[in-house]
This record gives sequence, structure tokens and C-alpha cells, in this order.
Amino acid sequence: MTSATSRSDSGSAGDSGARDATEASRKSAQPNGPRPKPTPPAGTPVRVTGAQSLVRALEAVGSEVVFGIPGGTILPAYDPLLDSTKVRHVLVRHEQAAGHAATGYAQATGEVGVCMATSGPGATNLVTPLADANMDSVPLVAITGQQTRALIGTDAFQEADICGITMPVTKHNFLVTDPADIPRVIAEAFHLASTGRPGPVLVDIPKDVLQENTSFSWPPEMTLPGYRPTLRPHGKQVREAARLISQSRRPVLYVGGGVLKAEASAELAELAELTGIPVATTLMARGAFPDSHDHHVGMPGMHGTVSAVAALQRADLLLAIGARFDDRVTGRLDSFAPEATVVHADIDPAEISKNRKADVPIVGDCKEILRELIDAVKFEHDRGDRPDLAAWWTQINSWRDTFPAGYEWPEDGTLAPQYVIERIGALVGQDAYYTAGVGQHQMWAAQFIKYDNPRTWINSGGLGTMGFAVPAAMGAQFGRPGHQVWAIDGDGCFQMTNQELATCALEGAPIKVAVINNGNLGMVRQWQNLFYAERYSNTDLGTHKHRIPDFALLAESLGCAGLRCETADEVDDVIERAMAINDRPVVIDFVVGKDAQVWPMVGPGASNDEVMAARGIRPLFDDDDVTDGPAAEGVVADKAVTGTRGEQ
Amino acid sequence: MSMHTLSVLVENVPGVLARVSGLFSRRGFNIESLAVGPTETPEVSRMTIVVAVEEQPLEQVTKQLNKLVNVIKIVELDPASSVQRDLLLVKVRADATVRSQVLETVEMFRAKVVDVSPEAVTVEATGTHDKLNALMRMLEPYGVRELVKSGMVALGRGARSITANSTR
Repeated sequence: MTSATSRSDSGSAGDSGARDATEASRKSAQPNGPRPKPTPPAGTPVRVTGAQSLVRALEAVGSEVVFGIPGGTILPAYDPLLDSTKVRHVLVRHEQAAGHAATGYAQATGEVGVCMATSGPGATNLVTPLADANMDSVPLVAITGQQTRALIGTDAFQEADICGITMPVTKHNFLVTDPADIPRVIAEAFHLASTGRPGPVLVDIPKDVLQENTSFSWPPEMTLPGYRPTLRPHGKQVREAARLISQSRRPVLYVGGGVLKAEASAELAELAELTGIPVATTLMARGAFPDSHDHHVGMPGMHGTVSAVAALQRADLLLAIGARFDDRVTGRLDSFAPEATVVHADIDPAEISKNRKADVPIVGDCKEILRELIDAVKFEHDRGDRPDLAAWWTQINSWRDTFPAGYEWPEDGTLAPQYVIERIGALVGQDAYYTAGVGQHQMWAAQFIKYDNPRTWINSGGLGTMGFAVPAAMGAQFGRPGHQVWAIDGDGCFQMTNQELATCALEGAPIKVAVINNGNLGMVRQWQNLFYAERYSNTDLGTHKHRIPDFALLAESLGCAGLRCETADEVDDVIERAMAINDRPVVIDFVVGKDAQVWPMVGPGASNDEVMAARGIRPLFDDDDVTDGPAAEGVVADKAVTGTRGEQ
Repeated sequence: MSMHTLSVLVENVPGVLARVSGLFSRRGFNIESLAVGPTETPEVSRMTIVVAVEEQPLEQVTKQLNKLVNVIKIVELDPASSVQRDLLLVKVRADATVRSQVLETVEMFRAKVVDVSPEAVTVEATGTHDKLNALMRMLEPYGVRELVKSGMVALGRGARSITANSTR
């Protein structure tokens, strides 16, 4: 762990002893309590450099951690950063990880995540995490150095038009051309990132702007005439939604990540209990409503539970709260929830009726909407309009009982990956934070770990970014230092970003990484198995056959504990051993079978009516031949996909 | 597909045109014409964008445009209650034998000649899309050497202003 003293060699900041104490107290910051709001530095303008202005602005907005890597053009900013007692910089190994770590931090805490990089390649390495954060509405601020103003546009060394490049994948971005603008731009960037529909904001600052003298005062006046997010819902629409609820016989709450962003889990639970309506939580909303709650019917979508998929398909009323009718949830759109009236509540008006036409649109903050909806429903109840949902629950329970989440053990005697993940969830528990990469392991982690608390499940939903788990876990650990943070990763994903274990080891982030090592790009292989006639083109990574790399040895060399587990009876023991190690990160190489598949599944481009509980078993299809092997196999093969954008 | 005219008030800052045009291209919407210029308020520019879309995608266009932080306000202008104008500059082949006929046509359309040489005249005309098309049909037989058109600009009729109270 890098101690504060190793960074306090400049001597210019005065009392380094006091600084150490501050730093120490921050590192052991209470994990759960609300963070104290920083007091803005008072008043009158002071003369500073642009770089000092930037660091002061970061302190003033309350940033506690910045993930980044210095380089030529951002160098001026790193000098005053060395003296900051409020902002801790975590030196990562790759800028992509800085971005994902900021995302992990933001998703775990609800605070704005901050990352920093130099111009050119440093900045372009941030593009993937920015796009990722944009798709998943994560509040992020990225600060990049830029070539000096005079050199912009000349193809100077390490010059890249990062504002132009990131325009489509950020909520907004800024190129700062006057050092006097720095406080205002930073304030605006944090405001934009964290309000309305959250998202990433990039601030690009030329080197000479950082070096020039300017003045700093706080708070600056923000000028955002075109930015006025709607927070309060329209009362008439809310009443209409309540009226529909009172008339519906087969309602479902289709809950998306917006409920987590709005910190509206308590309100959601209140509404669900008040009305008795079943709740389905999307991949981005796992944990927004407790899995252990009887009203929870599971995750909808391509790999959702049969009960959740079926409930949406057969519903007469969909209450979409902070969800966006993503193609992975709806399946073929024209046959999605065909009988449902749609109430769509979201803070982003552009999401409403984008994919599925909303009958009752409600624009506003989910927390506000749910609060007002609860009141409106109570009013309906007082008038005696309270529908009987018993028949609906009977139907849902029969789906739940007939098609529970489950898996089969591989016939070849290898370890079932689902079992590993299930045991991690059971032993580590609901107070831990879980991140995942993208692929089979991600789906199993969404299916077999039970999430009872908001923000404890952190994954890359919209963009589907492989390699997300390790850096996101690192970020989450910095945001929640007292908690266990487990990265459920695949062997493919892990090889994309495991370099950050060095950062975790050195900076004191004792994350646990469970590598679900099936030796393959598992989800791609599953598609090749189902849709490409079992022709396994370029999915064998050799991590089984050749044990290259040896993940346990790799972990040791990166300063972590490296463990391995190959049989079912070792699983609990190895998890418990990992949980006991807290002075360094832990990597467990779980060697699992390569043929396990993710089920249930709605085939790509297929209707949700064709959800398969397992290969060839289609619970919602009324034909009699559903369980006949060959016919059903034929159905699967017919789905040979055209035009898929990716394999997940 | 029907044509829709959007008046978009934007902050007059660098990159705003790229943000708007980039949004159209990445969301798969086609711009028929686009004109940008300053307004009576120096910090605000006004774009007039003509798009060919149906009602439902038009709603998406305006919602997505509204999400751009630099976009202040969007108003759809109905052709019946707004003045919509294009500017046309066209260089027509016209030697002494046909020049008077060309000038007569120009006169008829209340256009004007802004440059003349022994072989050609350059005509400036403003008007609706239809009027300029009609003028072009008349001038084409003489031979068009070169032509340039502005994007359409438009203002609502009557005393009301879309810019009042919309900034700051």
C-alpha cells in the first residue's frame, strides 16, 4: 500500500503530519454512512495556475478519489495534485481501467467517479469506459490533457481531438480554452454528470491553459441555459397510472437501473407491497428490489427467468420504471408484451416511446414518481378500487415452481460454473459488492447470486464491455473500503484487464477475483454451439489445454494471493480462504467445464414467447411438440442468426 | 415521408454544429437542409433544419436534440404559419442573343442580376422552395454554368418570438 508519507515529499504544503492523519482517516472512512458534504472554500478570488485551479475545483466539488495516469500534457495538473490533502490519486496501469474504476466507484457509492489521462493515446484509451458509462448512465467526469492551444489542429505529438471523438459517447464534453473558465467548467461537468439522467462528461484542458496564471473562486456561476432536466412528474399522468393499476388484473413492475440511480428502492418496495404487483428487475437493476422478497419474479430478458419473461409477455399492464425497453429485454419488439398497456416512467423524455409506444408517459425522477404514485394508488384504494391479483399470482407461481432458476452438472464430471457462483453468493452474502465482466459468467452471476441491496451488483449492461470486472471492482473497493468486493470474471475478460491487480495490491484494494475459467470465450462458444453448427472458430483460449497463463502464478506475480479450485468439494473451502485474506487481493482460478450453457434463453431476434427454459423447452409455446427433442432442436437451429451485433 | 422545419436555438459555442449534425447521422435521420446564423442575441445562434421524417421519428429527433446541452429550444414551424425562404445564386449562360429573354424571366420572378459578363449572368433570387424550382425550370434551357443554394431559413408569422424569454 502506498502510504501518504511516500507522496508528501514536496514540502510546500506545510504540515505533512496533519496531512497524513487526514489521509489515514479517509482511507478508513466509514463505508456506510452518508459522506459529509465538503464545505466550499470560502469566497474571494485567489491567484493560482490553471492546474491549481483544477485541483481546487475538484476538492470543492468533493472528489475524494481520482483514477489516472500522468503524461506530457496533463503533467501540470499532477503537480498540485501531489499536495492535495482531499483528493487521492490512484495510479492505474491502463487508462481504460481508470475509466472503469471510476464507474465502479460511482456505481457502488452514487457519487461522481473521476478519471484523468493525458492527451492522445491516454485520452483515446478512455473512449471505451466513457461509452460504457454513457450506455449505463453512470455519473463520470473524465479530465484529459490536451496539446497547447497554439498546436491544436497541427497533428502535434500526442494530439487527438478527444472532444470530437467522444461527442457521441458522452453526455457532454468541454474544451477549456481560458484558465478562468476552469472552476465553472468543473462545476458544470459534475452537475451534468450527476443530475437528470446521469452520464459521463469529459473535460479537455490544453497544457498551456493549465500552466497559465488565473484566479480561482468558488462557487462559480454555472451557465447551462439548455439544461433543465424534468424532475417533478406530471400529476395527471401519475393519476392515470394509478387508475390503470386499479383496473389491471395482470400488472408487472418492469424495473430498470433508473431506480438505483434515483435511490428509489424503498419507494419501489413500498409500491410493490401496497399494490401486490410482481417485480422484475433488469440486468441493470439487480438489487433495486430484494431478490429474497416474495414479490420478486426475477430478471427479464434474453437470459431472464421464465417467470419474469412470461409475466411480461402475459401482462395487461407494464409499469416500466427507469427502464428503457432494451432489445435484450424485449426480444422481438413487435411481439413483446402484446397485451400490455404501457406506463413508462423515466427521467429521460427521449427514452419514452423510443422503442415501445407508451400509453402513459411520465417524465421525472423515479423517486418522485414512485412517491406520487404511491399516494395516487392509496387514493384509488380508499375509493375501493383494489384489484384482486390472486389469479395472476397463481399463474406466476406456477411458472416459478415449474421453471425455477437451475442448472445441470456437466456430464464429463467437470465443475459446474453455476455452482461456483452460487456458492460465492451464499458464502460471501448480501453485504458484499459484486462486479462482473461480460459473457456467460456475467449472466450466471446475475442469475445465481441473490442481491438484496441496491448498488451491490455492478456490471456492464448496455455496452457489454469485456474486461470490466477487475477495474470496476477496484473502483468499488475504493468507494466501499470496509466491504468485500468480489469480481466474478471469465478467463477471457480477465486477460483483458488483470494488470490492475498490481494497482490493487499496491494501493490497498483487497478485491477478490473469481475467474470462472472454462478455457474459452464461453458465450461466443455457446452461440457457436447453438447457431453455428458447433464450429468453434477462435473461441478456445488455451487456458485449459496449456494453462497459459497460469492464473494462480499470474496473481502471485501481481502481488495477490493465487488460489485454484477444480472440484466441487473444494469450492466452499477456497471461497472461505479467499474471504480471510484482506492484506492483498485474491485471485481464485476456478477451473470449470467448457460446455455449460446459460439458460433460460430467448434466441437472438426471437420473440419472448419462445423463451426456452432449457434447450428445446418452450414454456410459453402452446404447441405440443415442445419437449420433443428433434423438433425443438430444429427450432433452435432455425434461429441461425443474421446481423447480430455481438455475441452477448 | 413528410418535411418538417425545425427552428433550433443553440448556444453560440464552438462545436455545436458538429454536435447537432453528428446526432442526426448517428441516429439515422436525414437532414434535407440546414442553415445556421447568429440571432439578435450574440450568445445564441439559430439553426433552421429541414428533416424528412414521419411524426413518430420526428418526436425522437426533437427529444434527442433537446438532450444536447447546448440546445436551448426547438420549435417546429408550420409552413402555413411561417415565412420560409431559400437564397439561390445561379450563373446562367446568356450571350447577347438571349440575354434580354433571361432578364425578362429574372424580372418575372422578382429576382435580380448581380453580375454580368459577355457570356453569362449571375442571378440572385430568394423565395420558397417551389418558387426557386419554378425559376430554375425557366432558366435551365439557357444553360446553367453553376448554382448554389442556401439552406432554408424560416420565421413564424405574427408578433410572437421564439427567442423571447428562452435564454438565460
